[in-house]
Amino acid sequence: MARPGAVMASRAAAPRIDGSLVVAEAVQKYFPIRRGLFGRGAGDYLRGVDGVSFAIPGGTSLGIAGESGCGKTTLARLLLRLLTPTAGRIVFAGVDLGTLDGAALLGFRRQAQLMVQNPYEAINPRFTIGRALMEPLIIHRIGAGEDRLDRVIAALTQVNLHPAEAFLDKFPHQLSGGQLQRVGLARALMVDPIFLVADEPVSMLDVSVRAGVLNLMKAIARSRQLTTVYISHDLSLVRYVCDTTMIMYLGTVAEIGPTDAVLAHPKHPYTQLLVAAAPVPDPTYPVPEIAAPEQVPTPIGPAHGCPFKDRCPHVMPVCHTTTPPLVFVGPKHQAACHLYEPTH
Amino acid sequence: MALLTIEDLRVEYRTSRGVTRAVDGVNLEVHEGEVLGLVGESGCGKTTLGRAIIRVLPRNAGIAGGRILFDGTDLAALPEPEMARYRWREIAMVPQAAMDSLDPVYRLGDQFHEVLTITGRLARAAARARALELCDLVGLDRRRLAAYPHELSGGMRQRAAIALALALSPRLILADEPVTALDVVVQHHILRRLRQLRAELSLSVVLVTHDISVIAQTCDRMAVMYAGKIVEVGRTVDVFARPQHPYTMGLQNSFPNLLRPQEMLIPIEGAPPDLLTPPPGCRFAPRCPFAVDRCPVDSPALRELTPGRWAACHRAEEADVLRLHAREAQRWRVPVL
Repeated sequence: MARPGAVMASRAAAPRIDGSLVVAEAVQKYFPIRRGLFGRGAGDYLRGVDGVSFAIPGGTSLGIAGESGCGKTTLARLLLRLLTPTAGRIVFAGVDLGTLDGAALLGFRRQAQLMVQNPYEAINPRFTIGRALMEPLIIHRIGAGEDRLDRVIAALTQVNLHPAEAFLDKFPHQLSGGQLQRVGLARALMVDPIFLVADEPVSMLDVSVRAGVLNLMKAIARSRQLTTVYISHDLSLVRYVCDTTMIMYLGTVAEIGPTDAVLAHPKHPYTQLLVAAAPVPDPTYPVPEIAAPEQVPTPIGPAHGCPFKDRCPHVMPVCHTTTPPLVFVGPKHQAACHLYEPTH
Repeated sequence: MALLTIEDLRVEYRTSRGVTRAVDGVNLEVHEGEVLGLVGESGCGKTTLGRAIIRVLPRNAGIAGGRILFDGTDLAALPEPEMARYRWREIAMVPQAAMDSLDPVYRLGDQFHEVLTITGRLARAAARARALELCDLVGLDRRRLAAYPHELSGGMRQRAAIALALALSPRLILADEPVTALDVVVQHHILRRLRQLRAELSLSVVLVTHDISVIAQTCDRMAVMYAGKIVEVGRTVDVFARPQHPYTMGLQNSFPNLLRPQEMLIPIEGAPPDLLTPPPGCRFAPRCPFAVDRCPVDSPALRELTPGRWAACHRAEEADVLRLHAREAQRWRVPVL
């Protein structure tokens, strides 16, 4: 199967016919639930990600949003093969991630990088910034000596940490959150990846510096033709940065499509709920009335019907019996809701 | 009518590196029956200001000067036993991360009981009835009183913390980031309930947050804090429509709006000053695109520009013009990407 270097080679090879770099096919990740002090319960499981399919065109950005526990972080980890699916598969540049091992897996790790929420946890506190940025080069055996240092300085410069030399010998605690998150971005870029997953990249940062990091990420993604995934609970951020938006609910895709279509004209009642509840920095904007219960059911045990049925204002009898498939509600725009099925 | 009047309040922290003045000469009024938003970035002193009002500062912090007039009484000057009579009864706090402020080993009902019987005036049955009433007030299922905090969701714990704060019918609630870390739907319901409670109970609420969209949708008036000082105060609609201080303009620029996605976000370059060695003049001057010669040397006072509108900026009179320039990214020395 996947030979060492297979993924690396595919970088130069033609992308998939539809231009997608990442394709998720019916991806499922169930976590077994431990019961009591001893062993596991009778086959109970938590449906972290429950049959998710989508494709990310190369060079575009996908925003994955939803409430806590919707599976968005689990999905991010699956996309990076930090977790393996219980069923289904993720295809990266034409190669099934599940088949990778050894050098091929290392090759994938070089192409796909992660940026985490808390920059203070992301960077080893005992490493200087220079050392932290050197680490990926050492692991992937990229360059040597002076060349490595040049790469580190170039990376710091690219994330607007000037003068780069002044940051080399600093420790993480000497930097502000915004500066350190830029270091996190620089480190992800050290190995020249083609795919970047950012899990809540600015939610720990102060408002006035968030915009700088987001603008930087947008500009770098554009200039490098990076394919990016943003995981965020903040729809306004997703609207600002992402080409495509995917709304997840209880491990499933509720709605996916071009960001403007999904967030300006949401079709799925869940997306409509999230958009209505999202606070807007405008005191003249009337606060909408929201009737939906706030409590999200737990995704434990088998699923029946639509996952959103318990909170949905438009619930119909069919919602209790049949899980709605994703249907097209506009150009490239799909929603998993019985309201939009042609038969209804 | 002001329920709370803060005059020239200074709060200092003793640290290993020296004394920092986290709150430095703050003047602020909280009116009866209003929700006042206190907004600022981390380290600006907003949490310290909230805690100073109810005098629950950390051990290494203390009030270094100024007055906190609550209904005419200077809380800053009260001996501790007298101050204790104001807590819960007159002023209550919903602390930051209130979700984790409940005692994990007691059932919710027991924690309510403890607060309710603190005055010694309420019998067990009456306390029980009041606990149920409080649940209804904040929209918490009454059956949850039998639950331990870990059995509750984040939203329910937050409601419980608000209910506890309301237990002895205080006149002022200090809520520090009451909905941070909660999902938007839960946020929405809790903020709306807070606004309703303000009206039903003629409560005053000071809502401390970093999120200007929470302020926009919840607060009658707002105060913007920067590096230990209040830089702007006014009715929320006025401050949003016509910010007078460049920092407020910068905050607006940098905040994404779900409804206006096309607007380019402009960050405020740089970082707030180290309060151990604050700059002599305006503390925002090093980051301000409109700073003139006097700004780095001469600290601007918080001035009332029009009735109810305050700003601490030497160029506040030019705010209408500055506001236009504030939308130009190059003014903010933003690096070209």
